[in-house]
Formats: sequence, C-alpha cells, structure tokens
Amino acid sequence: MAPPAAQPMIQIIDLFKSFGSHQVLSGITLDVPAGSTLVILGGSGSGKTVLMKHMIGLLKPDSGRVVVDGEDIVPLGPEGLERVRRKFGMVFQAAALFDSMTVFENVSFPLREHRKELQEEQIRALVKEKLGIVGLKNVEEKFPADLSGGMRKRVGLARAIVLDPKIVLYDEPTTGLDPITTDYVDEMILDAKKELGVTSVVISHDIASAFKVADNIAFLYQGHIVDQGHPTKLRHSEHPAVKVFLSTWFGKN
Amino acid sequence: MVPAVSTETTQLSPPPPRPPNPFTQAVEAIGHTLTKTVEDIGGLATLLGDVVRWAVRPPYRVVNLMAQLDFVGVGSVLIVALTGVFSGMVFAHQSARAFEMFNAKSLVGPTVTLTITRELAPVFSALMVTMRAGSAMCTELGTMRVTEQVDALETMAVNPIQYLLVPRVLAGLIMVPLLVMVFDLFGVGGGYFVSVAVKGVTAGTFISRTQQWLDPEDIAEGLIKGAVFGLYVALVACFKGYNASGGAKGVGQATTEAMVLSALGIFILDYFVGVLLH
Repeated sequence: MAPPAAQPMIQIIDLFKSFGSHQVLSGITLDVPAGSTLVILGGSGSGKTVLMKHMIGLLKPDSGRVVVDGEDIVPLGPEGLERVRRKFGMVFQAAALFDSMTVFENVSFPLREHRKELQEEQIRALVKEKLGIVGLKNVEEKFPADLSGGMRKRVGLARAIVLDPKIVLYDEPTTGLDPITTDYVDEMILDAKKELGVTSVVISHDIASAFKVADNIAFLYQGHIVDQGHPTKLRHSEHPAVKVFLSTWFGKN
Repeated sequence: MVPAVSTETTQLSPPPPRPPNPFTQAVEAIGHTLTKTVEDIGGLATLLGDVVRWAVRPPYRVVNLMAQLDFVGVGSVLIVALTGVFSGMVFAHQSARAFEMFNAKSLVGPTVTLTITRELAPVFSALMVTMRAGSAMCTELGTMRVTEQVDALETMAVNPIQYLLVPRVLAGLIMVPLLVMVFDLFGVGGGYFVSVAVKGVTAGTFISRTQQWLDPEDIAEGLIKGAVFGLYVALVACFKGYNASGGAKGVGQATTEAMVLSALGIFILDYFVGVLLH
C-alpha cells in the first residue's frame, strides 16, 4: 500500500452528475493516493464509467470538484484539459485502438503528437520497449482487427503508457477475457504500477481481479460510494449491496 | 360536494386510456420533425463555429487534409465526370427535341451550357459527393464514436474536432467546386456530342451561340454553389457521425439521417443561394 501521508494524485470532492432527470452520481468523495491502485467496483449501470470520465475531464460534473495532481480540472477549458490529459493514459474496455492504423502507428501516435523532437529510431525503440512491457513482440505491422481481444487490450495499455503518464485509467480491463488472459492483464496492471510507479484507477465488476490488483477498493452503488477501503475491510463490509455483490464470488469460493 | 365525489370516482376507477387520435398523432409527428430540424440546424451552426475555431489554430493537420482532399476530390472525379457526360447528353437530347418543334435548335447549346454551369453541375456534384464521400465520412466517424476511438483521441490530448472534422469539412469546401469544374467540362462535352453528332446542330452554331449567352458569372455561380454545398454536406456528415450513439444500429441511423439532411439541404440551399446571387 502507498504511504498514507502521500498527497492524493486524484481527489474527487462531493461530485454530482445527472443526465436529464436521471441522477447518475450523487455526492461522490474519493481520494487516490499517488502510486496506489484504486479499484472502483460496482454492477452495471452503477455509474463507474461516468465517474472515470470525470477524472480525465471527458465529462463535466453538475457540481463538485475533481482535483488532479493538485489542480481542480472542472473549470478548465479545452487547452487546460489537454495539458492535464498528458498526465493520463487510458485503457478502454474494447481497447479503442484506431482501426485504420497498424499497431506501431497506434502506439507511436501519442509520441508523434506530443514528442515532436523525437527521431524516427527513438520512436521505434520506445514503441518496442512499451510493447515489450506488455509482453508483445513482432506485432508492429499488424492491424487491430488481426489481433485477439487480449492482445488488443495489451496494445491499448502500451499506447496508454508510451508517454510515461503519472496516472493510468483502466475501463473494465478484464471484461470479456478468458481466465488466463484475465490473469495476464492483472499482472500487467501490477507490473505497470511496480515498474512505472503509476497511480492507477481501475473500474471493474470482476471481483477476483479487483482483490488481486487493488490497494483500495471503492464500492459504487446507485451513484453513491457505499463503502471503501483496504480490500480486507471491503471483504467484511456490512453494507447489504456490497455483501450481495461479493457473495456472488466469495460465496462460491 | 361535487368535486369531492368526482375525486372519489377517479380514485376508484381511473378513466381508461383514450384511443390515440389520428389528428393529435399527426400534429405530434409534425412537431417532432420540426423540433428535430431546429435542433439539427442549431447543432450544425455550433459545429461550424467549432470547426472554424479549431481550423485556424495550430497544429495544422496537413497529412489528414491531404488524405481527405484525395478521398473527397480525386476519388470522386470519375463518377462526377460520368454523371456529367450523361446529364449533358440527356439534357441536349431532350432540349433538341423541344426546340425542333419551333425550329430553334440553335438554342440547344446555350440552354445546355447555362443549365449545367448554373444548376446541374453544383447540385449533381454535391449529390454524388454526399453519396460517395459523405456516407463514408459519417459511418467512419460514427464507428469511431461508438467504439470510443473519439474518446481515446481526447484522452491522448488530441482535439477530435481539429484532428478528424476540420480536414473533412475543408475537403468538402475545397473539392466540390473543383468537381463542379469537372462536371462543367464533361457535361458540356456530352451535350456538344449529342447536339452535333446526333441532333444535327452544327458545331459553329453550338459554339457561337454558347459564347453569345454564357458569361463568366454563370460559371462563377456554379462554383460558389459548389463551395456552399461542399461545406454543407461535409458538415452534415461530420455532425451526424460525430454525434452517433447506440452501436451499429445507431451508426446506420446516423448515416441515413445524414444522407437525407444533405440531399434535402442541397436543393433548399440551391434555391436560396441562387436568389442571393442575383
């Protein structure tokens, strides 16, 4: 676990968000200490993705604050947000690779956008290094459509970490993967934290995976964080929704 | 007393839902279409503002612009030329038949040429570009939206309007007028061929009468219309694709809406631009 005194990398304070008349997030308050991994656990439609999209400024809250690395990002305009987003890498649920580009072009894309001083060989080397971290080689010239779901996800992670971000966001990284690939992705998240020292936020409904990678778990239910803390604390939560959710896994194991 | 009784009745048995009234339904449908149209116009205007704002600030996406110029313009030359040749031929054939009746075949040349340069070239070129390039733009952007590729761009601190939309809208604005020129050339060529080789108008008459009637302003009118339509159809394709939602079905629906809105808009704009230019 990260040292408790560390300043939080992401701080969410009393966040409210509704779409039309549908209240999705109701007063979320959450800290993510620097260098730690937070898993936001919850069922479908609990507002996990909406919460994550607020962290990187893809959505603006109705009220509340989102503080990233000491800066409130809610009032920022497009230019300010672009600056803040360079601190982030995001791994999407279905990888969201650019399907008109090869793996190499996908992973090198952020470098070409934001590190214009790099030479072609340096870009090649960096792409190779990051693909190595996620356990891929000789895939540079393939197109995303030619890769398996697990490989696409790994390319997505390579693309997310290619600029050495401070924070990596994972949107349901293990959904739809077979158990072996799931295990691999879990290791990948742990490695990224260990080797790159990144702060990670993972949204998931995969309980096994959550308990494996998390330093802290926050349980989201109907737009509220109903319980949060160290995984062992969550394991013995008294909240009925948490108990029901966790019993689907721990009840059988 | 009376209100109390009526309340009690309501509580006991709520009135059965009325059968739908066809008249109210029709009014609702019209109202819905109107609201949607107003929303679309507002959305297009806002998007145009965003596109202009992001077009003038660096980085300039030259590579993307080149790719779109190639796709929208170069890729459409053949179908625009073919449409042009056959429109010119059909038009010459029909107008020759009509003018024959009162022995005025010498007017076929100017009639064909003026109609092509002022009206047919911009309208048909824009329709062909809508069909070929607009539909592809809309589905591509829609698919990128629903598979979160647009979100991915944003999280990588790349503005999707600047990266994706600006090159496409510029390509429409620049390339459709050029395609109008291609249409002019091939359309008049087709008209000349049918008039002279089939309908027995002499080459000298066709050319001299056309020179007599055709002014540079007529060609300019077609080019201005082409620019307006090109901007419009690219903007509509981008607007519908960029705001698509709801998976494959949503992308399909967005493309249908884009095609309808583009084609209708071309004819409506054609009238108003024509009026404004005179």
